[in-house]
This record gives sequence, C-alpha cells and structure tokens, in this order.
Amino acid sequence: MGKKLLLANDHVPGIQSLDVYSKHGGYAAVEKALKTMTPDALVEEVKTSGLRGRGGAGFPTGMKWSFLAKPEGVPRYLVCNADESEPGTFKDRYLMERIPHLLIEGMIVSSFALGANTSYIYIRGEYFYIVRILEKAIEEAYAAGYLGKNILGTGYDLDLYVHPGAGAYICGEETALIESLEGKRGNPRIKPPFPAVKGLYQCPTVVNNVETIAAVVPIVNMGGAEYAKIGIGRSTGTKLISASGHINKPGVYEIELGVPVEEFIYSEEYCGGIKNGKKLKAVVAGGSSVPILPGELILKTAQGEPRLMSYESLADGGFATGTMLGSGGFIVMDETSSIVKNLWNFTRFYHHESCGQCSPCREGTGWMEKILHRIMDGHGKQSDIDLLWDLQKNIEGKTICPLGDAAAWPVASAIRHFRAEFEAYVNNPGSIKEVRHYYSVNNLQPA
Amino acid sequence: MNNSSTNIENPVFSTESLALVHKIMKRYPEGKQKSALIPVLHLAQAEFGGWLSPKVMDYVASLLSIQPIEVYEVASFYTMFNLKPVGKCLIEVCRTSSCWLLGAEDIVHHIERKLNIKEGETTTDGMFTLKTVECLGSCGTAPMMMVGADFHENLTLEKVDDLLEKFRVENKQSRYC
Ligand SMILES: Cc1cc2nc3c(=O)[nH]c(=O)nc-3n(C[C@H](O)[C@H](O)[C@H](O)COP(=O)(O)O)c2cc1C
Ligand code: FES
Repeated sequence: MGKKLLLANDHVPGIQSLDVYSKHGGYAAVEKALKTMTPDALVEEVKTSGLRGRGGAGFPTGMKWSFLAKPEGVPRYLVCNADESEPGTFKDRYLMERIPHLLIEGMIVSSFALGANTSYIYIRGEYFYIVRILEKAIEEAYAAGYLGKNILGTGYDLDLYVHPGAGAYICGEETALIESLEGKRGNPRIKPPFPAVKGLYQCPTVVNNVETIAAVVPIVNMGGAEYAKIGIGRSTGTKLISASGHINKPGVYEIELGVPVEEFIYSEEYCGGIKNGKKLKAVVAGGSSVPILPGELILKTAQGEPRLMSYESLADGGFATGTMLGSGGFIVMDETSSIVKNLWNFTRFYHHESCGQCSPCREGTGWMEKILHRIMDGHGKQSDIDLLWDLQKNIEGKTICPLGDAAAWPVASAIRHFRAEFEAYVNNPGSIKEVRHYYSVNNLQPA
Repeated sequence: MNNSSTNIENPVFSTESLALVHKIMKRYPEGKQKSALIPVLHLAQAEFGGWLSPKVMDYVASLLSIQPIEVYEVASFYTMFNLKPVGKCLIEVCRTSSCWLLGAEDIVHHIERKLNIKEGETTTDGMFTLKTVECLGSCGTAPMMMVGADFHENLTLEKVDDLLEKFRVENKQSRYC
C-alpha cells in the first residue's frame, strides 16, 4: 500500500463531522501553525516540502506564496479553486465530500501563512450538495473557535465563505475565477499584473487548488523536510488521481508520486486493468487538456524506461513522446475506442467553453470541431488533417489564457500519434461506419 | 420558499430568501455587493420557476444596486442559468469524454425516444426538458446525468427508465439549490 496523507481516514464513519475529524488528529495543524509558527516560517516550510500546485500547472506552491505582495493597509486574499471542470477530473469533489474539514483546516493554516483575514472557496455551481457539506463544516469550525475572531486566542481573525460558480470551465483559470467571484463574466485578465499583486478587488491574492491547500495540513504536521522525502525527485508527496474510462475500478486514488504507470493501470490496488479483458489503446493522463499518448508511450518512455506517475516522468520526451501530469485526470481508452471521435468530443468541449475574448480560440475551436465532425462522418479530405494541424498551431500560445493551448494540445497529439487513423477515416470512410466508438451501456461488448 | 410571489411578472423573494440574500451580500467587503450576483441568481432561479426572466433579472439588479445589463451579461455567460422556461424536471446528461466513452450517447438517444423530444426541447406537457452538458465531475461513475441539483450516476438504460417513471409518478419539480 502506498502512503496516504490526504485520504488516510476517508472511510472512517462520521469523518465529515468536526468531532470525529478531530479525534483522528484533525486541526492539529491549526494548533501548531497558529500557536507555534510565524507566517514566514510556514511559507518556508511549504517551500521546503517541494509541494507543487495540484490544479494542473504544477507551479511550486511555496514560491507562489512568497510572491504575494504585502502593501501596508491593503487586505490580502486566499481563494481556493474548487471549480474542478477539467474533463476527467473529480478528485476535489471526492476530497470535499469525504473529508471537508481537511480543506477547511488547510484554508485556515494557508490563510494565516498569507496574512489573509477573509478567504473564499470558489466551487463549481453544479456541486450544490458539496456547498452544503462545506458550509456545515465551516459552521462547526466557527463553533469550535477555529474560525472567526481571535482564533485559539492568538489574535488572528479569519472569515471563510463558500462561493458557487454557475457552469463555466473557464472560471477554473485563476483570473477568470477572480472576475467571476467579483460578479462578472468569466473573462480571463491579461497578465501582468498577476493576482499576487492585483487579484480579487485589485488586492494581492493567491489562488490555489483544493488538493494543494489540503496538502498543507500534512506538511505542517510532519514538517516540510519529511514531506519532501515522499515521492520521487522534484515530484514530492502524494497526488490524487481521478481514474476513469475503460478500466475495471474507476475512482479516486491517492498515489505516492513515482508509482509506475503500468502498476497504476493494471494492479488491483488501483485501476485493476482494462475492462472486459480488452487491450489498452491510449491514455489521457492529466485531464482532457494534456497530450494523449498511445499505450506503448504511456507505459514506457521513448527510451524504453518505465514511465512513472510523476511530473517529470510523464513529461519525459517533451510533447514529441511525452505528456503532463496536469490535474491527474487519468482517462483510459481501450482498443475499441476511436481517437478521431474522442478528439471531436474534446474539441466540442473547448469550443463550447471558450470565453470568446480571443479570436484564435473562439473561432479556431469551432473550426476544429466542424472539421473533425466532417472527418468523423466520412466526408473528410486528406487536406483536412493538415488544416487541423495548422489550426491548432495558430491557437497555441496566441491567446490571453491557456485555454487555447488546452484546446490545441489534444489535437496536435492525436494527429502526431494516430495520424494513420485520421487517414483511414478520410481514405476509406465506408469501413469506418462499422466501427463503434463507445460501449453501449446495455451491451458491454462493442457491436 | 413557499410564501414568495412566484408571479414572474412581479417577482418578490420570500422573507426567508430575502434574509438569505442579505446574508450572502455580507460575505463580501463594503461596496463589493456585486460579488453576490451569482449566488443570488441561483436563489432566484430556484424560487421563480427554474429560469431567469428579464423581470427576475431586473429585480435582482435592484436588490444588489447594480444595472440590469450587469445581470444580463452574467446570466447569459453561465450555462447553469436558464434564460428560457424549462420543464418541471430538468434533465442534463453529461456528454463529455469519460461518460461518452461509456455510453452517454445511448442514454441521450434513449431519453429522446422515451420522451419523444430532441435534446434541448421540452415535452408538450411541460414536464421534462432534456439538455446535454459538459463534464460534471462524475467521470468515475459514468455515465451520469443531473436532474435539477441531484446527481444520478452509473446509469444504465434500465436505471434511466426507472428514474423517468419515478419522476412522472412523483410529478417531480427539480430542486435548484
Ligand atoms: C482553462 C483553465 C481551466 C482551469 N481549471 C482549473 C480548475 O478547475 N481547478 C484548478 O485548481 N485549477 C484550474 N486551472 C489552473 C488555475 O489557473 C491555477 O493555475 C490553479 O488554480 C493554481 O492552483 P495550484 O497552484 O494550487 O494548482 C485552470 C486553468 C485553465 C487555463
Ligand atoms: S465526463 Fe461525464 S462527468 Fe466527467
């Protein structure tokens, strides 16, 4: 069994309540941090831990915290990113639903470290029922003196609120999230200024993912140096992986970073192998935005080394033969899956979710969706494949926020690794009509 | 939320909801009451029949002391806000990757046939509206659909049949928050 730092107690009955959570060591990090540590020491501890943002980009958290501007007399904010809308990702939901107090505890310690006296959890609107779970946990934390005025007699004040979104993937991007929290459309801002200088209400702001903030709790409890010993190389600690698709045991798994991908897919401890005894075809390892890799390349790097579940190993080979850990949304596709149709499905998503500010993204995603639909329907031309390639190149890096890149990478990687499949659709459309691209729910064998 | 005026020509929140609106507004600093807009629109949608009419949006604008246009531009940006009337029971099937790999398209077609409507439409009796939506964070329990605020996961066609039957018998009104 791998080490568990976040989900060690997720199956304890009643762990959602402050009582049971506290009996299992909960709120020890708040006691320790507020009573025995300074905010600067906390930031140092997080730096030492090597913790990297779990929202997708993997930016070192301690460093991000140290960039926070601290002008006199200006409030600072911590905003937790619980927007979780990257297709294939459902770990934050699991964490908030199972152990809400872990997030609340992380928010208190992190807010203290950053000198924030008001913090928000921005949660996607569809997670209504989790809003209620979190609000109940917050109420308990106020009653126990962990939130509010003069927390544990230390003189530190903190108010914590949950704020729902209303269905927009783009609001996971941190500046769009801030706009949305201000009651506006979720249009990303041009950076700089970065949120660390001008964020929420033009005040210095840190935005961190749910899992990042939760990970601060074990870091405070065990010390940054101990945390850094877990994992592999610069991928320290544990990571929640959302596993879905054609596997026997979909779900959220906490892994120690560095577990071999092969073990993750095939062992009983994790995904339990491919469903219905089929063969592995491809994996999208870090949420819909990261490059798709064929089975061979996800199991082994181009050099033939076993691929590991870590930031570095998944990225080995760059985009030519590698991918990214991203949000940890691990989508497995078996041999019956159609790469072309799956790509159309992703591209439709990005077209639907583009905020519309930047022309390359607004127009380009729509064109890509249309062309892919044409290819998928058997009306594609050879030149359409090249057109798709050009389109994604003209989106990547040419937009205000990385949604453009997120839309371009799946297209580039699918063509790079599965060009023959696109050509088959174009050259022999008759044969394609026979291929089923998904399991029928009542007929688990593809027709 | 039953003593409210559900008259969408002249919408007024119930006393209970109004108290909640004021509580929500206090979560944000002085002068930043516009931040309350999305949470209050959710409340309004729940209270005034599952959608946001122009009158309802104007009412929300007046409550938050902002311009109506500031409400319209937000309401039209976010997919959860319905700008047209919907059926009593709003069914939203996830159509993205993991759900789709595991048969979401079958679920949609099945519901279309059962209810005799196309995606995006409402049954003539006003009971059901069917929509498709993007990933709702249930990929590990795919395929899934949301009905009002409730998640229904690990769907099969039989399970969908049972649910539709149940909603009809209960004359189910979707909960929105
Ligand atoms: C289009 C887009 C969507 C994003 N969605 C999310 C999200 O749902 N959750 C999240 O934590 N980060 C998301 N991010 C990343 C955030 O912008 C930001 O990097 C992150 O919240 C920082 O937190 P971390 O450093 O703790 O990972 C998204 C980024 C982009 C460009
Ligand atoms: S793909 Fe359907 S819930 Fe994520």
